Amino acid sequence: MSSVQEVATRPIRNPKSEIRNEKSVSLKNVTKAFGVGDAKTFALRDVTLDLPYGELVLLVGQSGCGKTTLISIVAGLLDPTAGEVEVLGQNLTKMGGSRKVRFRGDNIGFIFQQYNLIPSLNAVENACVPLLIAGWNRKKALEKAGHLLEKVGLGNRMKSYANQLSGGQQQRVAIARALVHEPKLLVCDEPTAALDAASGRTVMGLIREVAVQPDRAVIVVTHDSRVYDFGDRIVSMNDGGIEKIETDRAQFQH
Amino acid sequence: MNWVALRMLTGDKAKYIGIVFGVSFAALLMAQQSAIFCGLMRNTTSQIQDLEGADIWVMDKSVQFVDDIKPMSENRLLRVRGVEGVAWAVKLYKSVGRAKLADGTFQQVILLGLDYDNKDSQGRVVGQPRPERIIAGNWDDLEQPDAVFLDEFGWRYLFGDTPYEPGRSLEINNKRANIVGMVKCKPTFQTFPILYTKYSQAIQYNPPEPKTLSFILVKAQDGVPHEQVCDNIAKQTGMKAQTNDQFFWTTIQYYMERTGIPINFGITVFLGFVVGCAIAGQTFYLFTLENLKQFGSLKAMGVSNSRIIGMVMLQALVVGLIGYGLGVGGAAGFGLFFETFVKSTPPAFYFGWQILVISAVAVAVIITLSAAMSLKKVLFLEAGVVFR
Ligand SMILES: Nc1ncnc2c1ncn2[C@@H]1O[C@H](COP(=O)(O)OP(=O)(O)OP(=O)(O)O)[C@@H](O)[C@H]1O
Ligand SMILES: [Mg+2]
Repeated sequence: MSSVQEVATRPIRNPKSEIRNEKSVSLKNVTKAFGVGDAKTFALRDVTLDLPYGELVLLVGQSGCGKTTLISIVAGLLDPTAGEVEVLGQNLTKMGGSRKVRFRGDNIGFIFQQYNLIPSLNAVENACVPLLIAGWNRKKALEKAGHLLEKVGLGNRMKSYANQLSGGQQQRVAIARALVHEPKLLVCDEPTAALDAASGRTVMGLIREVAVQPDRAVIVVTHDSRVYDFGDRIVSMNDGGIEKIETDRAQFQH
Repeated sequence: MNWVALRMLTGDKAKYIGIVFGVSFAALLMAQQSAIFCGLMRNTTSQIQDLEGADIWVMDKSVQFVDDIKPMSENRLLRVRGVEGVAWAVKLYKSVGRAKLADGTFQQVILLGLDYDNKDSQGRVVGQPRPERIIAGNWDDLEQPDAVFLDEFGWRYLFGDTPYEPGRSLEINNKRANIVGMVKCKPTFQTFPILYTKYSQAIQYNPPEPKTLSFILVKAQDGVPHEQVCDNIAKQTGMKAQTNDQFFWTTIQYYMERTGIPINFGITVFLGFVVGCAIAGQTFYLFTLENLKQFGSLKAMGVSNSRIIGMVMLQALVVGLIGYGLGVGGAAGFGLFFETFVKSTPPAFYFGWQILVISAVAVAVIITLSAAMSLKKVLFLEAGVVFR
């Protein structure tokens, strides 16, 4: 047992600052292969990549170059065939299955191309789901989700169901849902691909404005060169590898 | 998350109703058909249940069920009375007679002849219906010449909707039978009217035969186990002796083995089960397939597989309980409806707790199978699917 004195002199351990590291994501020689034998394809080849906190990173590249595979590995949804994956200071390669589920729930927000809202829940109910997963009581969760919906400009559509909302609005609900539990990492796969140009820009603008924070990393996979100007850093992929990384925002303008 | 699971389930009204319908349909069909089957089987033993007062039925050793009459000579009664453990023994006449109605048509009737040579100290005879079963008339009138008591369903069978009125009579093999009262009887399998009369009179209604004794009804001495008395009787007389309960099951067993009734009802019950499985399972599966993306997203967002199992099982449990309630309730309602409103035929509907349990088990199997099919899909869901 520690004495009261010892406890008092120990630094206060904030679980959020504990996983804080200079790098939010660090991949070392990550390879991912699907299938076996002749059917074996390499989705990722020896990828080494470090990403910081506080930036909006765009992951771009041709179809099939491995973008989704990469963020799936970063988000703990897929295991790499080889290599080391460190996310938010935690080594995912060594993490057991159930811990990984907890890790995702606690630390990662997801935004999907097809929004993936639950059709029988209204906007605010959908937005509060990550808090329910974390064990919050429903009333508090709904309250917090309500604030997030206001932030994404849907304060007046709280009770609307997915089929009563436009694609852009649904994606805004998804943004609220992805951020409601204050994750340290937000991964988005083609969030604007199903949207028209204007809605796409609104959604990207919101992600930039609401999601990007000094202690959060945001990775957005996109095909959509029209939204490149929202990125702080563009990681280009080609055939399972990293082709180049640009950080000069001036060059992003198309 | 349970709340989310329930909202997902009830959100899609059409599917939700479809699943509940499948389960209720299965439960209804299974419970209702089983109840009719049990009712029919019980009806084969109605006289064993109705002829109260004795403990043991004694009969020719080749008798297989209560309607299987092998007449014995009356001196058998004395031999049974001599057996150790027998307190008393009386005779019972049971046969099928041919009654001629006023309009000249014929109808088979069941004749029950009670032993009026052996009344107890209160003047009652063995097999005499308890007072609450006497609906009309005075039981003592049975001692008048040619008097018979007719059962309630029999009255309707013979005289239609005419309410009971004294003074009606029948002709059985050209002998008069004056109906002096009406008695409530358990519904019978063959649905023939039942006539209660004195033994001595009952034997007059059929052509003279050397042997007239159908059954001997025995009371065991206090404290002697009935099975042991049956044993003693069988050993000492070579006749078949069974307790009321044994004879009840012997009779049912006969009908189970010798008729197509169990198979036919079994097929219907099985079909109910299969169709229920198919409708509920299929719809549940489709429901899960449609929600696969949502389930996948939930998994990505940190819902564990065991939590997913819990959610799907909860959904299954809810539709199972509602479907079971509606189905079994519907079956009970059906039984009640027939008993209350359909007076022309005796009811064959026995809704025992066993039926509730069996239907519950079957419904549990249906929803577990449905849930398992769906779960297989959800649990082995590739994580990457959420990004497609
Ligand atoms: N589950 C899988 N099984 C087999 N091969 C797969 C699987 N997932 C991805 N691949 C392959 O890996 C490669 C990379 O796929 P990935 O989905 O990461 O590409 P992407 O860059 O996201 O493409 P897009 O822009 O079209 O979404 C492709 O060749 C794909 O066919
Ligand atoms: Mg992709």
